[in-house]
Amino acid sequence: MTARVYIPADTTACALGADEVAAELAAQAAVRGVELSVVRTGSRGAYWLDPLIETDSEQGRHGFGPLTAAEVGSLFDAGFPGPCEHPLARGAVEQIPWLARQQRLTFARAGVVDPLSLDDYRAAGGYRGLENALAMPAQEIIDAVRESGLRGRGGAAFPTGIKWQTVRDAEGDRKYVACNADEGDSGTFADRLLMEADPFQLLEGMAIAGLAVGAERGYIYLRSEYPRALRILTQAIETARTAGYLGPDLCGSARAFDIELRLGAGAYICGEETSMLESLEGKRGLVRFKPPLPAIKGLFQRPTVVNNVLSLAAASTVLALGAEHYRQFGTGRSRGTLTAQLGGNVRRGGLVEVPFGVTLREVVEGWGEGTASGRPVRAIQVGGPLGTYLSASQWDTPLDYEAFAAIEGMLGHGGIVVFDDTVDLAEQARFAMEFCAVESCGKCTPCRVGSVRGMEIIDRIRNNQQREEQLKVLEALCETMVEGSLCAMGGLTPYPVRSALREFPEDFGLGPEA
Amino acid sequence: MDTGHHAITGIVAEALQRHAADEGALMPVLHAIQARLGHVPAEAVPLIATGLNLSRAEVHGVITFYHDFRTAPRGETTIHLCRAEACQAMGARALEAHAKAVLGIDYGGTTPDGRYSLEPVYCLGNCACSPSLRIGDEVHARVTPERFDALLAERQRPAP
Ligand SMILES: Cc1cc2nc3c(=O)[nH]c(=O)nc-3n(C[C@H](O)[C@H](O)[C@H](O)COP(=O)(O)O)c2cc1C
Ligand code: SF4
Repeated sequence: MTARVYIPADTTACALGADEVAAELAAQAAVRGVELSVVRTGSRGAYWLDPLIETDSEQGRHGFGPLTAAEVGSLFDAGFPGPCEHPLARGAVEQIPWLARQQRLTFARAGVVDPLSLDDYRAAGGYRGLENALAMPAQEIIDAVRESGLRGRGGAAFPTGIKWQTVRDAEGDRKYVACNADEGDSGTFADRLLMEADPFQLLEGMAIAGLAVGAERGYIYLRSEYPRALRILTQAIETARTAGYLGPDLCGSARAFDIELRLGAGAYICGEETSMLESLEGKRGLVRFKPPLPAIKGLFQRPTVVNNVLSLAAASTVLALGAEHYRQFGTGRSRGTLTAQLGGNVRRGGLVEVPFGVTLREVVEGWGEGTASGRPVRAIQVGGPLGTYLSASQWDTPLDYEAFAAIEGMLGHGGIVVFDDTVDLAEQARFAMEFCAVESCGKCTPCRVGSVRGMEIIDRIRNNQQREEQLKVLEALCETMVEGSLCAMGGLTPYPVRSALREFPEDFGLGPEA
Repeated sequence: MDTGHHAITGIVAEALQRHAADEGALMPVLHAIQARLGHVPAEAVPLIATGLNLSRAEVHGVITFYHDFRTAPRGETTIHLCRAEACQAMGARALEAHAKAVLGIDYGGTTPDGRYSLEPVYCLGNCACSPSLRIGDEVHARVTPERFDALLAERQRPAP
């Protein structure tokens, strides 16, 4: 019997040598006369185990990883693809505690299915949400999303159902669904993994959004830094269209929805929704004044739903499994699951999907198991480049939107970047200003010029040039940026700066009490 | 690569034609041209402007706004080094210094033999296995300075 072998193929697995492993597996199998049928999956997001190779067994899928091409021979020697003992054998994959302790809703299929197989997708529950939505009045779709408690996963955490309602109620000869796949926040990769491991889920979510608000056209704005996601999404759109899951006649319903994929061009600010709309219109990514909200006047001046990849994907889960099912997870006003992305200096990094309310420490210690360097964790930045740096006393904060707001932090898109004790927070604060200077759209002076001043001031503080004086200037500058910036780029850059200063004053040459 | 005037005119015309029906098509048009030519040459600007019914200033403004678009030719292969926080936490600053020294160029530069251009990037979505870099369209993980040298050496070797 031909044994089936699953090999991941997302960006990270391939960056870790998955293609070389696949080639070596094929070569060795040929030499040894073993028949293998290879399925390339996305990845489960347990990146510390990738490339994680899996085979079928009576107890479900068994895994081996992290496998290198050099170790493939020894794996066959041990009896692979049959039952075998090998130092890299991980047993039943679903029972690996790092995965078993998660609550996979959005990422349930990631790493399990062939991302481009519609059959796989449907067999694993895909397109049930769209089928349900097609049988419902539009208002009921929106009610379900609202009742699920889903809030936008792109950073601002705005209730998705309310946004959809606004677009539905707005006047417009045409309406649009614009998926924000710019994933600009450093330390985040969940959108990428979803698009590379389970792309139909996003397409399904967009079609559901289209039905709900009355839009027949969707755009995906994908960052150009993701060439693999581009290839996979392009093919997935083509496949979905051929099968009638996109196009003029969705599933034979005579209702239309189609998607065009557009690439960004390396500008962080184009993740901000109005800048993204400008870019989709072929313009410079200058942030627009609000109001009007994109929901009223968005793309090409028409009512537009702008949602993050994960928000749209979650909508298909909500429509497939019901609002009640989704909202039973989480805490307070943060319902459903948080897809934390654990990266930086961490031993066991990857995608950790858990109900909201788990603490930061539980994720970093329970999943991350400390640093990659083996040194103590010193600082954790949550929420991307505009997120705060947190010191040990803050790590017991539960991961939910309100709890983070209470400590002047934000969950953002769920990025968690771990630093060991060699980090210099003054250098990190300077970088926050530098990043703002590089990526500012240029519209507001506090953001465009203030960030350059901020770099200079932090340099002086680090060099002990009039330190006390410069600290006051820095605080005043931060205040000006917060108050005088049109969007969160300039408005939130002070957060990593101030938190670095507040929590790690010694790195700025100050006593801990200063 | 033949980037004579005829070639440029043809490539721009093709890009315009392919996206003629799209609303707000400037970005896809620029990407299509840059994918073929490696940059968007100055003489393409008036052609694009006419084709999309925009002013030259608008086209120029867009080209200069986005980090990706280039107005001059660059190396055969672009190396993007990630400068963002997750990579910083894993030694990206040392890797950056090493890469610049080995290639003998700074960001925005091209090696004298025309093989490599070096660019910064702020996240490749590979943050659990930092530091990361991208060579052409391939992303590499956990890149130490030694690994960087090995990656270059592999490319130097003629294909078997
Ligand atoms: C500077 C800046 C960058 C942003 N980058 C992204 C991004 O890369 N992806 C994203 O989904 N949202 C990003 N956002 C948030 C969007 O403006 C917007 O809130 C979001 O796309 C709405 O979708 P959601 O409600 O599903 O979260 C960014 C916001 C700002 C201010
Ligand atoms: S804060 Fe910065 S990025 Fe945002 S609109 Fe103003 S200048 Fe542009």
